[in-house]
Amino acid sequence: MDLDLSPVEPFRAEVRDWLRRNVPATPLPSLETEAGFAAHRAWERTLAAARLSVVSWPEEYGGRGASPLEWLVFEEEYYAAGAPGRVSQNGINLLALTLFAHGTPGQLGRVLPPMAAGEVIWAQAWSEPGAGSDLAALRATATRADGGWRLNGQKTWSSRAAFADRAFGLFRSGPAAERHRGLTYLMFPLDADGVTVRPVGRLDGRPAFAELFLDDVFVPDRDVIGEPGQGWTVAMSTAGNERGLTLRSPGRFLAAADRLVALWRAHGADPLLRDRVADAWIKARAYRLKGFETISRADDAGAEASVNKVFWSELDVELHETALDILGADAELDGDWLEGYVFSLAGPIYAGTNEIQRNLIAERVLGLPREARR
Amino acid sequence: MRFVLDTEQRLLGDTLHGLLTKAGTPALIRRWAAGDHDRTLWSALGETGVFALAVPERHGGAGPLPVELVVAAHELGRHAAPGPIVETLAAAALLDGSAAAGPAAEWLPRIAAGQAVVSLGSPGRIRRALDADAADLILLADGEHLFSAVPEGPAVRALDPARRLFPVRQVERLATGPAVPRAAATAYDLAALACAAQLLGLGRALLDVTVKYARTRRQFGRPIGEFQAVKHHLANALTGLEFARPLAYGAALSFGSPDFPRDVSAAKAAASDAAYATARTALQVHGAIGYTDEYDPSLWIRKVRALRSAWGTPADHRARVLAAVPEVRGESPR
Ligand SMILES: Cc1cc2nc3c(=O)[nH]c(=O)nc-3n(C[C@H](O)[C@H](O)[C@H](O)COP(=O)(O)OP(=O)(O)OC[C@H]3O[C@@H](n4cnc5c(N)ncnc54)[C@H](O)[C@@H]3O)c2cc1C
Repeated sequence: MDLDLSPVEPFRAEVRDWLRRNVPATPLPSLETEAGFAAHRAWERTLAAARLSVVSWPEEYGGRGASPLEWLVFEEEYYAAGAPGRVSQNGINLLALTLFAHGTPGQLGRVLPPMAAGEVIWAQAWSEPGAGSDLAALRATATRADGGWRLNGQKTWSSRAAFADRAFGLFRSGPAAERHRGLTYLMFPLDADGVTVRPVGRLDGRPAFAELFLDDVFVPDRDVIGEPGQGWTVAMSTAGNERGLTLRSPGRFLAAADRLVALWRAHGADPLLRDRVADAWIKARAYRLKGFETISRADDAGAEASVNKVFWSELDVELHETALDILGADAELDGDWLEGYVFSLAGPIYAGTNEIQRNLIAERVLGLPREARR
Repeated sequence: MRFVLDTEQRLLGDTLHGLLTKAGTPALIRRWAAGDHDRTLWSALGETGVFALAVPERHGGAGPLPVELVVAAHELGRHAAPGPIVETLAAAALLDGSAAAGPAAEWLPRIAAGQAVVSLGSPGRIRRALDADAADLILLADGEHLFSAVPEGPAVRALDPARRLFPVRQVERLATGPAVPRAAATAYDLAALACAAQLLGLGRALLDVTVKYARTRRQFGRPIGEFQAVKHHLANALTGLEFARPLAYGAALSFGSPDFPRDVSAAKAAASDAAYATARTALQVHGAIGYTDEYDPSLWIRKVRALRSAWGTPADHRARVLAAVPEVRGESPR
């Protein structure tokens, strides 16, 4: 057992140096606004030009073939440098990994390079008004058409779909009674005929997600991921990524925890808040080390991604709650900590609520009996 | 970078698990609490090399091997093994680092071989010596002085009857000088780390026994483990333990670096919280039976409460962590 990071230090140094020279001196406007979205998209292009937008991907698609450890180190440096949030996150962290596992060579070649370059920003279209935690209850349909499929129905809570270019989602292609079995995974443009996007404001009013109304939207066969009817299996292979390390890497929490300590000190190091500040720092470190453990293991962590998801999402909330409590009466004022706090509050809800994750941990990791289904 | 135990380290854990399972610790814990200080298990641990992990080679040991120490302490915690094990390991570091050539040469080989039971105290930090009546040697580190000591009166009654705590008084000076507080600091950190590992083992055992119980105990016509309230308690317990463990191994790997005290404190605070929350869950999910002295898990539950505050409270350790976090540039999240 060792924690020898010296082989990746040259890579760390290169990334740190580039970030020092390129990270915008003044923060970009909020990612969840039109102007902010555009600024973040431009930043993705800058990153891509330096081949730093998707370091772990193969070179042919815009990456550097970085190892999992190099990727973790990249993330540490990225957030330590205070670099902008990733507007492309649902594409590069979720869809791309599904395509690597299930996509055709044609899809990889067509979809990944523009995604890596920030030219096409992707939104996830899974949830529906009647299908949240119980995703298999979804009702939006994909019906066979000449050379492809026609999509109908409603999707909702689609992050950044108000400004994004394309979406990927699950549609019912078989009878509703089949639940998990009759689903197909498809990609479609958000500006296609028949798509209506209605932005939805989040807790602070910013249009962070959107409802999608689909009326006979045509999708060619080449944009089906995996086999028609196999959408559930295909989609669940990304679910682990969404809950695990990939979506929320340790780097962001390490950086936020260091800044929390600085904030606490700058505000007089209130002893009443000391334990909470220390705890956030300790937990960020624990998440980092757990990440090293995960990438060191040969066996597939599988359901343990749920343990990760509960941990990072609660850490994120606790960390930001503590920051706001340090800020006192100023906590409600617009600013980076407030933005982070509002963002953190959704963590226990998206990517499978923490209640659902706890059910999974209990049943799949601890082996407790499944609930009797009605 | 490979942050998982290697084959030999896993083997050490498996060997100890086997040995301790065969020894049947619940009966030993009860006998120890009644004052029966039989040394069969102690000698067996010595033969397996547990104590040698803290003793340097020149004194007949194999150490210091902090990762292996964490592995061993985890298994000892998992079986709630009684006796001043952590104290003896800490005493080895204290004797070795105190520039006390005579006592070191006399005691360290015996400690390594499992032939000496040692307890210790330190005014302010370790106010009472654990199992002092069972010890061949009691050390007392006070500022620049290292003394041998003797119990002063009977054990103080405590929550865990298997932890017999004695006030002690110094008798003979063994060493004096700046090496003593330095060695005492290292010994304290190693002990806190071993204590954290024990807590993780205690927590793991409590989680396992409680999951088993939840699968078999039936109420309302089904196993209680089917109820979500029970499931979520247990899922939380697992999450806490899973994220405290890497802190303990991370601390072990920083032994000898300036980060060691900070990393030990992070591990001890997290392990204390995780094990304690697991103990509360174990008690709650067992219902009344868990609250009884006769039922074995209670031996684990009370030991967790004791170790949570032994070798520094969670608040002490959190303060130490914060004191060691370096300044960063900004105080804004991005
Ligand atoms: C900021 C944000 C961004 C999002 N982005 C996207 C996106 O980009 N694309 C997308 O498709 N979706 C997205 N979502 C939606 C998200 O996936 C859903 O909110 C989530 O799956 C929960 O569904 P729901 O909101 O319908 O809640 P419900 O499923 O109705 O749950 C409500 C409550 O009931 C609890 N509950 C439900 N079932 C159980 C059970 N079996 N056991 C115990 N408790 C239960 C839940 O835990 C929760 O507390 C986003 C959500 C948020 C908040």
